[in-house]
Amino acid sequence: MVEHTGIRVVHRGGSKINFREPVITSDSRFLLCGSGESVKVYSTSTEECVHDLQGHTDLVTGVVLNPSNHLQAYSCSADGTVRLWDFTDGILIKTFIIRYHIFSIHVSEKHVGVLFVVVPMANEKGSELFQLVAVHLPRSGDPEVEVGELSAVLCDVSPNPGAVSFGTGGEYIAAAKGLQLEVFFFKKQKSYRFSLKSGMNKGINNSFTCISCHPKEDCIATGHADGKIRLWRNFNQKKEYTYSTLHWHHNAVNTLRFTPEGTNLLSGGIESVLVQWRYTQENQKDFLPRLGAAITHIAVSPDGSLFCTSHADNKITIILSSVKVSAIIQGLVKDDCVRTDLMIDPRSKALVLNGKPGHLQFYSLHRDKQLYNLDIVQQEYIHEQGVDQFQVVKAAFDTHGDWLATVEERRQKSSELEINLKLWSYDEQTQSFVLNTTVTAPHEDQITAMCFSPSPETTLLVTTSLDGHFKAWLLADHSDTEESASWSCDFVGGYHLLKPGCCCFSADGSLLAFGFQEVVTVWSPTSWELLTTLSQPPGAVRDLCFGRLSCSKYLLGTSTKNQLCCWNLLTCSLEWNTPMDVSLLQADPFSENMAAFCSQSGSTDLFVFKPSEPRPLFSKKALCTGKVERAIFAPRDQMLESSEEYSQWLNRSQLYFLTQHMDLMTFSTKTEEDRLLASSKQLMVDDSVAITPFYLLLGRHKQQQQEKQELLTNPLAERTPLPQGSIAIKELLDTPAHVLPSASFLCSMFVRSLLVSSSSRSKLEDNVCTP
Amino acid sequence: MGEFKVHRVRFFEYMPTAIRAMSFNAHTERLALARVDGSVEVFNFADRYFQEKVIPGKDAHSIEALCWVGGRLFSAGLHGEITEYDLENLRPKYSLEAYGGPIWTIISNPQGTHVIGCEDGTVKLFEVLAEGVQFERNLDRQKGRIISLSWHPSGTRIAAGMMDMIRVFDVLTGHAIQRLLVDRSVGGCKSRETVVWTVVFLSDHTIFSSDSAGKVQVWDGHTGTLVKTHQLTKWDVLALSDESSVVAGTSEGTVVQFQFIAPNLQQQEKEWVRTRTFKNHTHDVRALVEIGTAIVSGGMDTQLVVRPLLEKFEEKCFASGLRRIHFPHRNLVSCAQKARLLLLQFPGQLELWRLGESDGHGKPGDILPLKTKPEKLLYLKRKGKDHICCSALSSCGGWLAYSTVSSVRLYRLQTDNNISITKVPKLPKVLRSAHQLCFSSESSYLFAASSQSSVLVISLNQSECKYVHTLKPKSGMWILIYRLCVAVDGKWLATANSDCEVHVYNLQKLELHCMVPMYSSCPSAMGIHPTTNNLTMVHADQQIFEFSIAEKQYTVWSRKLQMQGLHNLWLNRDTPVTHVTFNPKNPDQILLHDMYMFCIIDQSLPLPDQKTQFYNQMTLRSLSEQERPSHLHAFKVCKSFQDLMCMRLLDDQSLVVVERPLMAINSQLPAPVRQKKFAT
Repeated sequence: MVEHTGIRVVHRGGSKINFREPVITSDSRFLLCGSGESVKVYSTSTEECVHDLQGHTDLVTGVVLNPSNHLQAYSCSADGTVRLWDFTDGILIKTFIIRYHIFSIHVSEKHVGVLFVVVPMANEKGSELFQLVAVHLPRSGDPEVEVGELSAVLCDVSPNPGAVSFGTGGEYIAAAKGLQLEVFFFKKQKSYRFSLKSGMNKGINNSFTCISCHPKEDCIATGHADGKIRLWRNFNQKKEYTYSTLHWHHNAVNTLRFTPEGTNLLSGGIESVLVQWRYTQENQKDFLPRLGAAITHIAVSPDGSLFCTSHADNKITIILSSVKVSAIIQGLVKDDCVRTDLMIDPRSKALVLNGKPGHLQFYSLHRDKQLYNLDIVQQEYIHEQGVDQFQVVKAAFDTHGDWLATVEERRQKSSELEINLKLWSYDEQTQSFVLNTTVTAPHEDQITAMCFSPSPETTLLVTTSLDGHFKAWLLADHSDTEESASWSCDFVGGYHLLKPGCCCFSADGSLLAFGFQEVVTVWSPTSWELLTTLSQPPGAVRDLCFGRLSCSKYLLGTSTKNQLCCWNLLTCSLEWNTPMDVSLLQADPFSENMAAFCSQSGSTDLFVFKPSEPRPLFSKKALCTGKVERAIFAPRDQMLESSEEYSQWLNRSQLYFLTQHMDLMTFSTKTEEDRLLASSKQLMVDDSVAITPFYLLLGRHKQQQQEKQELLTNPLAERTPLPQGSIAIKELLDTPAHVLPSASFLCSMFVRSLLVSSSSRSKLEDNVCTP
Repeated sequence: MGEFKVHRVRFFEYMPTAIRAMSFNAHTERLALARVDGSVEVFNFADRYFQEKVIPGKDAHSIEALCWVGGRLFSAGLHGEITEYDLENLRPKYSLEAYGGPIWTIISNPQGTHVIGCEDGTVKLFEVLAEGVQFERNLDRQKGRIISLSWHPSGTRIAAGMMDMIRVFDVLTGHAIQRLLVDRSVGGCKSRETVVWTVVFLSDHTIFSSDSAGKVQVWDGHTGTLVKTHQLTKWDVLALSDESSVVAGTSEGTVVQFQFIAPNLQQQEKEWVRTRTFKNHTHDVRALVEIGTAIVSGGMDTQLVVRPLLEKFEEKCFASGLRRIHFPHRNLVSCAQKARLLLLQFPGQLELWRLGESDGHGKPGDILPLKTKPEKLLYLKRKGKDHICCSALSSCGGWLAYSTVSSVRLYRLQTDNNISITKVPKLPKVLRSAHQLCFSSESSYLFAASSQSSVLVISLNQSECKYVHTLKPKSGMWILIYRLCVAVDGKWLATANSDCEVHVYNLQKLELHCMVPMYSSCPSAMGIHPTTNNLTMVHADQQIFEFSIAEKQYTVWSRKLQMQGLHNLWLNRDTPVTHVTFNPKNPDQILLHDMYMFCIIDQSLPLPDQKTQFYNQMTLRSLSEQERPSHLHAFKVCKSFQDLMCMRLLDDQSLVVVERPLMAINSQLPAPVRQKKFAT
């Protein structure tokens, strides 16, 4: 098989924006945050992404403003480079190559030309020890500079960037790890270590979690895993140091930040409450509750007018200093696991998956923005660890996007499984889904698969469950009772008490296939008649997929015993099979193509093929580490016209998949990248307002209108830049006084210059009329 | 270890009273502590916080404040009098009426001038003379009571905390020169006055005040302006103390420390910052003292807490541990070994109990069924206003004696069939008061440690009691005798005084036999061995000495023990040993106890060195019979009885253990202020 180099696996859309602390620019207009392999620049007022600074080839692990130029920012990445950006124009200025996996970056105004980065202690990837090193940036005009000199500052620091902080004016740096706080004074080149007693035997975990230094006074605030905040003082002495303790959080303090003047201390944790402590008046505190999810980072703008908090649900909240939420930037919510399949909403073409607890999210991949959340569970979520709550585990759309079916379940340790099946209908007026039917306990055990019939005549939903049955649900018409239509169970079927694992409709909805462990059964959904059984492979059936378009006579199945089989439905016989450990089989709804993800020795390979052809269209080895469990073909908004054979399968749709680490990845072709580059050039129009597509459409139009209005209301206002006038004034002002003619002569000339000649006037009026 | 039948007594309902005031004398390292019942205790902080002296209280004589002038201790209270104490005779020396109504506070300056704050709004200056105190003059009289006072270290200014305000007085002119208004509580009702509970005047003219609205405020004493307000609590802040830092105690039981810290490490300017919070109390902290290396606090929950400031210590030592003092370091229980009676001493009464009896047998650890229940035989209320300071019961159970500061009473007891008690009418005139009472083993003599460091010997018989002799040491010093012990054979009497001297008297010749070599720490318990007549002394610093009276020198065992040194775990124990007794059946065994354990020292076994496991009873139990002897050492410690008040060995080889669980004391305290607890 041939490897195709023209197709790259990229992060595009849906990356984490809460991975590292965001940065607010000094004019508070933009917010910079690392997102996957790029740095995103958001407008703080409109929440729109202004620039996507691309260039890093691995995860961006930190963004800081350049302390000597407030229009530039440094970003560091796991690819071993630090890049300097002009973020207003989105231009990469310089690349510093460090060649170590960088975990975080710190800068201080006092140390000009020095960056502090955290790198692994030994030059190995698996090393558990980290050190803070100073990087002296070489002065050179080249866009790519190799940095040779690294000097270690602190050994054994935490890789968490929140655990390192610069003190007053960069005089010292404080780092916390485990139960130890270390303060290093640059002037004296001396470090002091302070340890806390382990409270483990008392059931207290008082290890350090985060740190922040007061910007004006010598005071270090540290957050602890037991929810306490300690304020350390007098730490330039070994013995006589002292600290005071604040306690509000009931779980670990995730992040701490002093405001630039040092008057307030902000803290956040899993409680999803932003706490604002008054410095030296710690009894008085303000709260901003109900922020939605655990706070992971807090950033404060350099002028102190804006705060922003990153949340565990991939969200950045921008908060005014009066503790009011002003904007929310929501990324794709990825919990530690995605329970539902990835789906495409047929109406909005948005990616749908479970988002924040109890919700389905609709995420636009093209705009890389969350559209909306649909509350499925409709219960208050309790922010506490160890509470079992309802989770959305399955969801399915019908072909037109009129109906949505969801399954939520809750399993408590001792009690029985609770399952609800909910059916939602699309309401044209409110443009969202409305709950139509709730079925409590639709099955006696977990629902394994659910799909709508694609046939246009009936609205039919099929669910399969571990209790050994599959059920067909039909929209019953209650036209006689004048009630709106609701769903009810139409048919319950099974096959020899085997447990069904998957189900699939053929493209036209005339056939329905179930995988009952080792047996594949094919049913007719109109008569509920068992048409045929296919049982070839050893091992239980994992995935079933009907072929489409020209290949609709094929049914493909994968089994747990490393088999990919293709049956011909006309002959009811096995057409071909290959030994492959296919973890996921996904059909492209717009072509005959199928994608099979095979896990092999810890990494995943991808094969794209047509069931009718023996040769794969595309294959890629070692796509990513770990197993791929979820993938989806998303339709493109614009067709690509790629002529190369190997990339044709990406012309109509785009394949997205979720890796083990919950990264949403996709494939990009050369033509696509070229197009993106072109569009970004086009976007790069200098203007004082944040440039968004919206602005490009309406903003310029508005500006023109404004000009027009000014012309109409006050035609004289337009006069000043007239060429004659400016020359006259220049003459008047620039010529030395002793060579000037008499004032009366000049005056008449000057007054004349202010008048508009009749010819230019008519020209202006023409301009007004033409648009 | 030896097996005993144990009477586990829990009917002693001892209840200490709340701590009201404290004063520390840095020169002598003595802490004076006043309780709500009017008693005053003196702790020696140089000698492991040993409770040296207890001056019993008096009815209707509460103390609001204490202060030291040199080695002299003064108190003042709401009865309106200034009292000086005679620390050698453990009694008030004199009281002086101040004519200003109830007195809220008394302080002194290094020059020896007293100042008191009175209910009627006057601040009165008294001069301390050699023979007493003398009224000097009044400062300007104010409206409202004077709650708290503080001298400026220079002695020219006084800050006075009043209702809703603080006044600063110029001492020379007597005029008030500053008036600092204190806010009323923010949330609470505005009509309630704010009480300025304490003020502290620092040498840089900074004034700290704590008040009933829960604030600690920092004022500039020059300009009279408020520098900073620290809202510590919703409730009262009751106590303040200063040394190198200022500490404040609140009604919630917390102690908050304020330190003078430079906000920027490079600069010299410093400011007061609230730093650490300690919570060692459950109730109001009423009294606080900072002693340089530790913060000493006491309050409504009756315990004295010594909280060390760890940064002041270079290494771990005894003083760097947190100490809590719950029980008095003396015996409140006397036991009649033959008659199986217990005498329990309360400040206001005595209780006589007969122990229960059981004839059951069982395995070690079993609870035996009782044949007869313990029985309260007698409830003897004291006469007069003064509280009982000591009591004794003869071992036959036939005599009972108690003493207050003004009188000694002796009773004849009949406890066999019908209980009767008769007061012995005519006591010798010399026997007016006693610090310690003790009967000889066959109940023929009563020994009373009296004033002027003398011991009175009084012979007792059926009809009368007769003064026999006064035993006196050779030197003419008047030093308090606080421990007495008599040999079983009636030949020897040992006394310990507060100068750490131990004298041994020959009772047959009625003269001083010898003096035990001086040791720097006070003996906290003594006992004379019944057969060998060796005197065993346990000191407050946990050292053990054995002195042979006959040979007038330390015994071989004692020298060996001193050579080898005691185990660190023994030396670092919390509380002093309060009683030493011997096992008549096994002359090698010495029994002693403190609050948390009792110990049998077996002199026939090898001494433990630092490496051996000290608390080895559990390991011994798990070993086989053959292995055991190699692991044995002389100190056998039993911790199964906690909060011990007393332990005695009866004549029938059964142990009496009197416990007073701290839980039971805590449950009898009034409810603390309500605090919101998370998740309740």
